[in-house]
Amino acid sequence: MTPTAPVGAEPPPPWALLAELTHACPLRCGYCSNPLELTRRSRELRTDQWADVFRQAAELGVLQTHLSGGEPLLRRDLEDITRAAVEAGLHTQLVTSAVGLSAARLDALVEAGLHSVQLSVQHADPERSDALAGHPAFAAKRAAARLVTDRGLPLGVNAVLHRHNLDAVDDLVRLALDWGADRVELANTQFYGWGLLNRAALMPTGEQLAAAAQAVERRRAELAGVLDITWVVPDYFSGTPKPCMGGWGAVSLTVAPDGTALPCPAAAALPGLDPPNVTERPLRWIWAESRAFTLYRGTDWLPSPCRDCDRRTEDFGGCRCQAHALTGDAARTDPACSLSPDHAALVALTRADTPAAIVPRRPGGRAPGRVVG
Amino acid sequence: MSADRAWRPRVAASAVLRRDHVRRSDVLLLPERVVVLHGSGRAVLDLCDGSRTVEEITAALGRAHSGPVAADDVASFLGRLRTQGCLR
Repeated sequence: MTPTAPVGAEPPPPWALLAELTHACPLRCGYCSNPLELTRRSRELRTDQWADVFRQAAELGVLQTHLSGGEPLLRRDLEDITRAAVEAGLHTQLVTSAVGLSAARLDALVEAGLHSVQLSVQHADPERSDALAGHPAFAAKRAAARLVTDRGLPLGVNAVLHRHNLDAVDDLVRLALDWGADRVELANTQFYGWGLLNRAALMPTGEQLAAAAQAVERRRAELAGVLDITWVVPDYFSGTPKPCMGGWGAVSLTVAPDGTALPCPAAAALPGLDPPNVTERPLRWIWAESRAFTLYRGTDWLPSPCRDCDRRTEDFGGCRCQAHALTGDAARTDPACSLSPDHAALVALTRADTPAAIVPRRPGGRAPGRVVG
Repeated sequence: MSADRAWRPRVAASAVLRRDHVRRSDVLLLPERVVVLHGSGRAVLDLCDGSRTVEEITAALGRAHSGPVAADDVASFLGRLRTQGCLR
């Protein structure tokens, strides 16, 4: 993939669409990366509008869609939405907490053509998982995993990792195996949206991370060809920024519940993007020409020291949302990079010794009065 | 791993093999991954139904192309896809 396209040329087409069908969710996870201000249910796109988005996305080159949220099962038309995505030719994965996934519901989704399910767990221990989720969901998750594998659908397990579950990485891998998953994603918390409020409470220790990374390496070697283990690195500790979303407007696009289209789900928090909406603009224009998708695309916009860096076509200066959240300027080098002038301030955040308690996600838009950290 | 002589590669149940008309290539779609197939990639994967060893796949490919096939290339391609969870 070439990072910088010739002037006037269309950018390479996107591969994937994250369809955030609703922001509503029965869980109260403190690490939730959805924005502080959630979209009200009355403003969600209708079934036919999603169908149109899928058709346009497929024509544009999108091959996969992740039906996500919030909790997508809260959409009563999820079966119709799924069918529309499948009819558009997309590979469809349901990203769910499993709350509300009955046998009848899953049968209808399979009938609609659903290809795959990704199930979130908060911990391998039922009680601790429920406590972190703020909802008694673990039993439903285990039952749902069985329903999924019984129907021959591929199952992925996803866990967001932090101080309160990193020590359970081995157990999470075992859980994924026991539940019949063929992949497990162990994703260290990315601090966005609500999760940013809880950064101090979620921040792991360096020792925890080192032990977990070692466990992952060991299990990967043991389980090659049996279980695909994805480890999303904690960029606060790695010294190298993540190539966020594979590069801005390079790989995938996100459509929020109200039709707002963004290069990534966290970008709603960025100023000056003038985010386009799928109800007002064609997806092709949004991808190729909108300010939101072109502003940080490629390498021409890069600040110093990124613009002369050998890694510029690997990480594209890191994550714009993180640069904005930590420096107030979305166009600065991601402070996760050890070469960033702001890196020392980020490293200081990893050394908090008395972690605060996790503030559970609240359903509305109201944030707690004080922002932690 | 690619030296596993008994292994009979099979495309993972979670994978969909299809034509990508926008990019004009064959692709293997997995829940979290897309593999774009170049050259004889598609032909190799069409033989991965769990009934043939890597050696047999290479031989079948040679017959289809009526010429020798680089066995190392096929083995390393299959090994890589196995590591990525595309093949079982």
